[in-house]
Amino acid sequence: MDFSISESDRAVLDDVVVEAKAGEKYARYYDEHEEEVLPKSFPEAPSFPPIQRRLRGRSRNDTPMLVLQVLMRIEREAHCGVPLRQPPTALGNAALDAAGTEAQKTRWGHLMLAMSITEPGAGSDTKAIQTTARLEGGEWILNGDKIFVTNGVRCDGAIVWATVDRSAGRGGIKSFLVLKGTPGFELVRKEKKLGIRSSDTAAYAFRNCRIPRDHLIGGNENVPRGESEGSASYKGVLKTFNMTRPFVAAGGIGKALGAFRFARDRLAETGVVVDVDESPNFRSATAQALLDLEADIEAATLTVLRAAWLAAQGEPNNLEASVAKAKGGELCRSGPQRAMEALGAMSLSHDYPVEQYLRDGRITDIYEGTGQIQRLVIARAILGYSSEELT
Amino acid sequence: MISFALTEEQNQVRETLLSFAENELASRARSADEARKAPAELLDMAWSLGFTGLSIPEACGGGGAPRSHLTGALMLEALSYGCAGLASAAFSSMLFVNPVIDLGSEEQKLRYLPAFCSETRCTASLAIHEAAPGFDIAGMTTRAERNGRGWVITGAKRLVPMGERANHLLALARASDASGLAGIRAFIVRTDAAGVTIAPDSGTIGLTALGFARVELAGVPLEGDAVLGNGDGADIRPLLASLRIGGAALAVGLARAVSNFAIPYAKERVAFGEPIARKQSIAFMLADMHIECDAMRWMVWKAAAEADAGRDATRASVLAQNYVNRRAFKIADDGLQIFGGHGYVRDLPLEMWLRNMRMLTIHDAIAAA
Repeated sequence: MDFSISESDRAVLDDVVVEAKAGEKYARYYDEHEEEVLPKSFPEAPSFPPIQRRLRGRSRNDTPMLVLQVLMRIEREAHCGVPLRQPPTALGNAALDAAGTEAQKTRWGHLMLAMSITEPGAGSDTKAIQTTARLEGGEWILNGDKIFVTNGVRCDGAIVWATVDRSAGRGGIKSFLVLKGTPGFELVRKEKKLGIRSSDTAAYAFRNCRIPRDHLIGGNENVPRGESEGSASYKGVLKTFNMTRPFVAAGGIGKALGAFRFARDRLAETGVVVDVDESPNFRSATAQALLDLEADIEAATLTVLRAAWLAAQGEPNNLEASVAKAKGGELCRSGPQRAMEALGAMSLSHDYPVEQYLRDGRITDIYEGTGQIQRLVIARAILGYSSEELT
Repeated sequence: MISFALTEEQNQVRETLLSFAENELASRARSADEARKAPAELLDMAWSLGFTGLSIPEACGGGGAPRSHLTGALMLEALSYGCAGLASAAFSSMLFVNPVIDLGSEEQKLRYLPAFCSETRCTASLAIHEAAPGFDIAGMTTRAERNGRGWVITGAKRLVPMGERANHLLALARASDASGLAGIRAFIVRTDAAGVTIAPDSGTIGLTALGFARVELAGVPLEGDAVLGNGDGADIRPLLASLRIGGAALAVGLARAVSNFAIPYAKERVAFGEPIARKQSIAFMLADMHIECDAMRWMVWKAAAEADAGRDATRASVLAQNYVNRRAFKIADDGLQIFGGHGYVRDLPLEMWLRNMRMLTIHDAIAAA
C-alpha cells in the first residue's frame, strides 16, 4: 500500500499544470464563442513537448501508467483552459482499437473517429437504438438520427451504432464506420451547451446512407439470440467504456478540485483557513465546508485510482469503474456548487472561473453513463442480478 | 509509487481476524451488548491470538513485527465486521500499547510493554474525553502540573473504554501553556495509584461491551518519567492520527457488515409481488452503501499508509475521519431502513449497529491503529 508519487512523476504532473494554465487565457473566449472550432494547435503549443516525450524513460517500477494518466487528467481538468493542441483521435478510435479487425485498424486508425451512439429516444438505454442498418446489394443502408456526438463536427468519420435486427434486441446492435462526405450522411447541427463549449457536439442524420459491407466494425454479421447475449461488437464497445469511465470520472474530479483550490486560496486571503488541528466544534462553517469538500475530493480520487490500478494489474475492474464514475459524477456537481457557496455572490461573476467549473464539470454525471446508470450497474453486480432482473 | 497491493502478511492477518470476527465475535455480539460487558472467556481467547504484542519490540518480549498503522487498520476493520463493540473491547490495550511503541522513551517501552507480551491478559486503555459539551482536546480541563521532579495530574475523564478493567491508562492532560494541542501531553497512570477513582459511567447508546467508565484523577502524583515520550513528553498529534485511523477503520468494518447483511434480506423480502432489491429505491441505497464502503476504506488505508511512510498523517487522518463519520453513519441508518420494522426490533443486529456506529463516529478514542 503506497500513495506516494515519485519525483519524476511529480515533475510530469507539474508540467501538466503549467500547460493547463497556459490554456486558461483562451478559456473565456471559447466559452463565449461556441460556434468556433478550436484550432489544431495554439501558438503556445510548441513550448510544451508532447506528453509521450516527457514520459520516455519512466521506470517500470513506478506508479502504473494508467494510474498516472488518471492523475494527469485530474490536474489538467483542474483548470478551465482549452487544450493547446487537439488530440488526433477521439472515442471512436478507442472503439476501433477494441473491436475492429486488424485490416480495419490499419485502414482507418490514422483518422479521427467520433463515437455515435445516442439518439433522441435512446440515451443510457443503448438497447433501445432505432437507427437501422440493412444489407442490400453488398452494401449497408443506414437510416436514423443521432445526437450528442462528441467531436462530431471536427472528426473525419464516426463509428455509428445501428440495429441490423430489432427483434434480436441487444444482439442485433452493430457498429459501422461512416466517413464524412458519404451521401445520405448529414451533419445536422452543432449543439449549444451549458458548458464544455470548446468541445464540439454534433447531431447527425442518416437517410438511406450507403456504406460498403466491410465497414461493419469487427466484421461479424451473425446475430446472436437470447436476452443476455450481446454481439461481439456491442461487447467490444462496452469494454471501451470500461476503460474510459475512470478517466471521465477524473475529469469531473478535476473540475471540483479546481473550484476547491480557487475557493480555498481566495478565502485564505480573507483569513478563512482550515486548521486540521482545530476541533470541528470551533471551526467556522466556511472552513468546515472546505474541509468536507477536500475529503470528498480525496475519496473520489481514490476510487478512480483504485479502478485504474486494477486495470493496470490486468484485473477486472467493471464494478470499480462504475464506483469511480458514480463518485466523480457526484463530485462534479456538489464540488463546484459548494465552492461557490463558500465564496458567496462574486462566485457568480465572470471575475472568477468557478462558475465555469460548475458548468464544465456538470457533464461528468451525464456522459459515459449517468450516475443512475452507474448505480444500476453496481446494484446488479452486488445483488447478482441480470439487466433484466433489475431495470 | 501508487499501489493498492497488500503484503502477504497483511492479507494473512486480515483473513485470520475476519474468520475470528465471523466465528467468535458476531455470535456473542447481542448478548455482550445486553450484558454491557465483554465476556472474560472471549477476551482471553482474543488475547491468545497474540496480536496485541505483535509489534512490540523483541527487546520488550514482543513479536518485533514492523509497527504498521495499515496493519492495525486492517485488523480493526476485519474485527469490526463481526462486532465493533467486542472488537474494541478485546483490543483496547492497543490504545495504550501502540502509542507507547510509537512515542514512548526506551525506558517506558522496557518498563510497560513486557506485560502485554505475557500469556496472561493485561488490559489498558486511554482517557481523553471530558464532560464539557462540544469537547475540544486542546481545551481540556485535566491538568498536569510539575511538582518537583514529578507531576500531579488533576481532572475528570469520561467515557473511558474498558476503564474499570484497565491496569494502566494513558490520560491526556494539559501540561503547559503552549497554545492548542502543543500544550497537551499523554501521561501513563496506574489505575491503582493514590487519587485515582474509577466508576462505571452512566451508560452509552452503543459499544456497550466496552463498559465505559468515568475516571477521577484527584491530584494523582506521578513520577517525572510518566509523561509519554522523552523529556517534556512527545507531541500527541501522531497519537491523535492513530486514533482517527483506528476509529474510522472500525466504522468501515461495521459499514461493510451492514451492507453485506442487507443484500440477502433485500433479495428475500417480497413486497408488491417482487423482492424489494428489484426496486430502484432499495437497489440504489445498496449501491450507495457499496460505493461508500469502498471510498471510506481507501481513505483509511491512505491515512494509515501516510503514517507508515513516516509522514505527518494529521491531514490525511482528519480527512479520513471526516469522510467516514459522514458516510458510515448513513450506511448504518439506511441499513436499518431497508429492514423496516424488523430493523427496529432487537432480534436483528441493525438497531445495535446503528447505536454502535453512532459511538464510532463521535467518540475520539475507541481504538488506535
